[in-house]
Amino acid sequence: MNKVINMMLKVNKLSKSFERKRILEDISLQLEAGEVLVIIGPSGGGKTTLLRCINGLEKSDNGTIIIDNIYLCRDHNNKSIYASPKEMKSIRQKIGMVFQNYNLFPHMSVVENIIEAPINVLGLSKDDAINRAYSLLKNVGLEDKKDSYPFQLSGGQKQRVAIARALCLNPKILCLDEPTSALDPELREGIANIIGKLADKGMGILIITHDMDFAKRVATRVISMKEGRIVKEAQKEDFFSEFEDNRVRRFMIL
Amino acid sequence: MLSYIYTLLPSIGDGLVVTLKVFALTLVFSIPLGIIVSILRIWNIKPISRITELYVWVMRGTPLMLQVVFIFFGLPVVGITFDRFTAVIIAFVLNYAAYFGEIFRGGIESIDKGQYEAAKVLGLSSYRTFTRIILPQMFKIVLPSIANEVITLVKDTSLVYIVGIGELLRAGKIASNRDASLVPLVLVGVVYLLLTAIFTIVFNKIEKKYSYYE
Repeated sequence: MNKVINMMLKVNKLSKSFERKRILEDISLQLEAGEVLVIIGPSGGGKTTLLRCINGLEKSDNGTIIIDNIYLCRDHNNKSIYASPKEMKSIRQKIGMVFQNYNLFPHMSVVENIIEAPINVLGLSKDDAINRAYSLLKNVGLEDKKDSYPFQLSGGQKQRVAIARALCLNPKILCLDEPTSALDPELREGIANIIGKLADKGMGILIITHDMDFAKRVATRVISMKEGRIVKEAQKEDFFSEFEDNRVRRFMIL
Repeated sequence: MLSYIYTLLPSIGDGLVVTLKVFALTLVFSIPLGIIVSILRIWNIKPISRITELYVWVMRGTPLMLQVVFIFFGLPVVGITFDRFTAVIIAFVLNYAAYFGEIFRGGIESIDKGQYEAAKVLGLSSYRTFTRIILPQMFKIVLPSIANEVITLVKDTSLVYIVGIGELLRAGKIASNRDASLVPLVLVGVVYLLLTAIFTIVFNKIEKKYSYYE
């Protein structure tokens, strides 16, 4: 069990219902450092809810979530018991989130979007935070946009700002919700490169998408979900070689 | 004619000072109080939001003049006494805070919930989220409605005559009755128009300042 050291995320037997409707059923998965785990599946399959549970925006009913060896929630007598607000604060720093519609702060410039959390959560000085923001913007190729406002950016640029912002607290895990939904093909390649580089540096990447081509491009491992359950999990090569299998294909087209 | 207007200026000027005092004090206190009202109104704790709702209903549901009268003449009955000016300011602040509170609430509620979620996953505290993310965006949204209220307030200040405070309109009326002339009232009307013009320009400037983002 040497691998535990590198385990960035572990989800065990997670379930969640909304008004008696089961959204997640008995979900278990793990994410190692340097891995790009892609969760695919039709909309309404529970992918988004799973992601929202992992980044603490929703609370699961039962099951366990461990992020970088800290319990976000722990199953106790078939109920998820959540971390204290103080623990929550340190867990949040370990996990970066890129929303589907980016949710940038429209009244703040690109650099202000990025420095807000380092200053207020980590207590960095403004100069240090700005230096950090510049190097993050450099990594996503947007140094020249540092003083722009979100409305002045294209969709792809906004997304890269959102990635830079999600990385501003040096997280161990980066989550991306449907990262290609608003991008044209060239931009997909760019985002795939950024994701690949981050994984090479040892970050755990969790992506939910229904874009099969993109999954094929970036994933190291693939999980497919349907009706709140994991229906298939495999390394990328195995997953996509079996993808030709009719049953899987039919489900994907749905 | 010009010399007649000239003789009116001192009393109109005194009235204007009182009007501006009521106006400024009301704004200075009612806007922060309005923010608090909007927060209490949105608060998840039922009794608090209910009490705030009741307050808003009473303040918006009765005439401002009645509220002034109640605070100045009514409260002494139960042993709470204010001087005229304080009573007027309390009534105006309570009344306008209710209106501002509802405007702010609308502004806050129109902000996309993704903004809260982004702040949350970044680990910003609720206080930070409110002051750095929500409030600045809310102000931009509500500015036109606030401008409207401010201009209404300029004219509402004329209600303070009810407790015997001499303000702009009262100064005009006194001169008008004394001299059997409409000129003082026209003059007062012009002063109100000028005030409104100034505040309109000020608010246009502020709106422009906020237009750096969309």
